[in-house]
Amino acid sequence: MAGKNEDIIICRCEEVTLGEIREWIEKGYETFDELKRVLRVGMGPCQGRGCREMILREISAKTKVPVADIHPGTFRPPAKPVKLAVLAEGGDK
Amino acid sequence: MRTRGKVKGLRQTEVLVIGGGPAGLSASLEAASLGCQVTLVDSDLALGGQLIKQTHKFFGSKDERAGTRGFKISEILLEELERYKDRVKVHMNCTATGFYREDGVVSCVIGEDEYFRIKPGKIVMATGAQERLLPFPNNHLPGVYGAGAVQTLMNVYGVAPGKRVLMVGAGNIGLIVSYQLMQAGVEIAGIVEAMDRVGGYWVHAAKVRRMGVPIYLRHTIKEALGDRVVAGAVIQEIDDRFQPVGKEIQIDVDIICMAVGLTPTCELLWQAGCEMVFVPQLCGHVAQRDLFMRTSHPDIWVAGDAAGIEEASAAMVEGRIAGVGVARSLGKDDSSEHSKRLEEYRRRLADLRGGEVGQKICQGLECCTVNEWGV
Repeated sequence: MAGKNEDIIICRCEEVTLGEIREWIEKGYETFDELKRVLRVGMGPCQGRGCREMILREISAKTKVPVADIHPGTFRPPAKPVKLAVLAEGGDK
Repeated sequence: MRTRGKVKGLRQTEVLVIGGGPAGLSASLEAASLGCQVTLVDSDLALGGQLIKQTHKFFGSKDERAGTRGFKISEILLEELERYKDRVKVHMNCTATGFYREDGVVSCVIGEDEYFRIKPGKIVMATGAQERLLPFPNNHLPGVYGAGAVQTLMNVYGVAPGKRVLMVGAGNIGLIVSYQLMQAGVEIAGIVEAMDRVGGYWVHAAKVRRMGVPIYLRHTIKEALGDRVVAGAVIQEIDDRFQPVGKEIQIDVDIICMAVGLTPTCELLWQAGCEMVFVPQLCGHVAQRDLFMRTSHPDIWVAGDAAGIEEASAAMVEGRIAGVGVARSLGKDDSSEHSKRLEEYRRRLADLRGGEVGQKICQGLECCTVNEWGV
């Protein structure tokens, strides 16, 4: 019943835990984009809306760099998932 | 095949407003009233943004309808929209998914199956805010809600989220939603607040205190309890550095409601390459803007919570200013009218920001406002 901090799910879309994020920050993956590449955080349906800030705070806690000075990562379209079939049709005929 | 400017089926609009909340509606109305053709897209099923679930009366100033309930303000804006329906095309359930820098095209999805691209002359980004979350064990259990979701359930759909609630956060949203839950017959077990004082207006705090709801200052939620759903919460006192110090208190609740703040939604502004800056007083990264709410991108304006977390009354005025800004840049109407309106709206904003809370906002705005872009 009682939960452990390490098991807290930070990125719900990709089910990545606080423990995993801390482990990779410890290994030197100290930017959001690097964590995204190794863990897929922020790559699910919400595109990081839920987890980004919490991850930046974890990076800040480890590196002692204020959150204000940590780059929040690259933002690319689409901001939410779009079905490939819809894209393949090319939009308006 | 990329034929710039000649993409098959590419839609056109003079002004694209992204987001139909208080800021986006106001921007659309203002631009339309000055003769612009506007396309307004909103990802929700009804226009009005957060206003439609706000059953409390607004503060602020008379110009921004102090004393009127939020959902009524939304109705008033929609009545005004009715007058400009030949100039404002509305797409509901429509999300702007991307801004493409190379050609200035915006991609949109209606529902999940209809996709279109649109090339606007000017864009107002009024994308609003998203709720902050806190990491704590078991925060994934059903029964942990954001305050916005609770308000939607209760005030839009008429569904009580549960029986007994722990509210996390004693800012205005936490206090107001607590009171509204009680009005709906839901019990509030307590409100926890990490700071050593209530963040929201005193009048809202007094309302819940009079009903006997305890407010635990300098406390935080330590974990949610429960196997498959929330069955309780553990809260604990914290010190000045937010480290847990006191004894743990277990509270039996079936709902944990998070009201720990909002942060601007600005993915599209990042995609567009707008100059962004982190401003704590505005609750996150925001676009730098000039006094017309124009960002560093010459075709993009910003308004409302997307430009920095503030009240809906300020969002409406910012929307109006952005609306005048785009009309002015499109050469609509005469410039003396623009100047007159701008002067009026800036006065109203200054009024709204005159109070104690406004000081913090003004400090934040100093960090992200330029007099005019060197265009």
